[in-house]
Amino acid sequence: MPFKRYVEIGRVALVNYGKDYGSLVVIVDVVDQNRALVDAPDMVRSQMNFKRLSLTDIKIDIKRIPKKKALIAAMEAADVKNKWENSSWGRKLIVQKKRASLNDFDRFKLMVAKIKRAGAVRQELAKLKKSAA
Amino acid sequence: MAPKTKTARVSRNPELVRGIGKYSRSKMYHKRGLWAIKAKNGGVFPRHDPKPKVSEPVEKPSKFYPADDVKKPLVNKRKPKPTKLRASITPGTVLIILAGRFKGKRVVFLKQLQSGLLLVTGPFKINGVPLRRVNQAYVIATSTKVDVSAVTCEKFDDKYFTKEAVKKKKKTEGEFFEAEKEEKSALPQEKKDDQKSVDAALITAIEGVPELKAYLAARFSLKAGMKPHELVF
Repeated sequence: MPFKRYVEIGRVALVNYGKDYGSLVVIVDVVDQNRALVDAPDMVRSQMNFKRLSLTDIKIDIKRIPKKKALIAAMEAADVKNKWENSSWGRKLIVQKKRASLNDFDRFKLMVAKIKRAGAVRQELAKLKKSAA
Repeated sequence: MAPKTKTARVSRNPELVRGIGKYSRSKMYHKRGLWAIKAKNGGVFPRHDPKPKVSEPVEKPSKFYPADDVKKPLVNKRKPKPTKLRASITPGTVLIILAGRFKGKRVVFLKQLQSGLLLVTGPFKINGVPLRRVNQAYVIATSTKVDVSAVTCEKFDDKYFTKEAVKKKKKTEGEFFEAEKEEKSALPQEKKDDQKSVDAALITAIEGVPELKAYLAARFSLKAGMKPHELVF
């Protein structure tokens, strides 16, 4: 099983540990065997251990260590934000965040909606069973 | 000469080293203007005659001394304030009661009373919780708010909720256990009317928000997978 996501300049990664947990960053250079220079539109360019990064499928076209403006332009051109939010991984994260931020009232409304939906499904199933029998 | 310094009056003789002033006695005499004061008074330093002593009333020695030396306790001027209300609790907040017969019930907060307890109502028609006092410590404040601008709760204070003083008369032991159980005073009509008037305005506000009525009617409970420290209320 070959590797599909490589560490390369322009690889978009998700930070999975530390202060910037959960943010998308772009690898702009490799420092040594363990560390990469990493940059994002709203953070100061800094080094990060590869162990703190989870590589994604998204890659953008940049030269080694671009200026911030160039980085932002490249990210716009590759449409990183939309690609991420439409990917299944990105969608899962958004749902997790939404679930964690639910109010007590929201949780109640969710419970009521789930019960209603389950009731409708069961009714339909009963109808189908009846017509099949 | 180091002159006497009045309070809030700086010395005219700057200090060189501790105990040694810059100016000599004769220089200081001149600086302080004692020569001018003397000249004003005709060559002599002004002298004020001592005031006549006001004779104090003669204090007789007291006839009684207590046998033991009892220490008088220190005077305490502390005035207790009502408990600090959590910032998340404002009038109209939905609270979850955590203890007592109404545990798990979601109720509407009205105001904080003088004693520090929170005045709360179900509303009674929705979940059976009457106008009641509850301690802030036994309550979770949710971020759901109800509009209580139409509700007047000025007349409710701690005196409204005190129990009536029960007159005790236990004489015969035989009848003791049977008779006492029967007595349960009915709720006065006045309190029922108060409840209705407070709830009327509240219920119209609640019915304006979809599903809020059912929410208040339901009890809160922890289900599987709910971690209280991670829940947002």
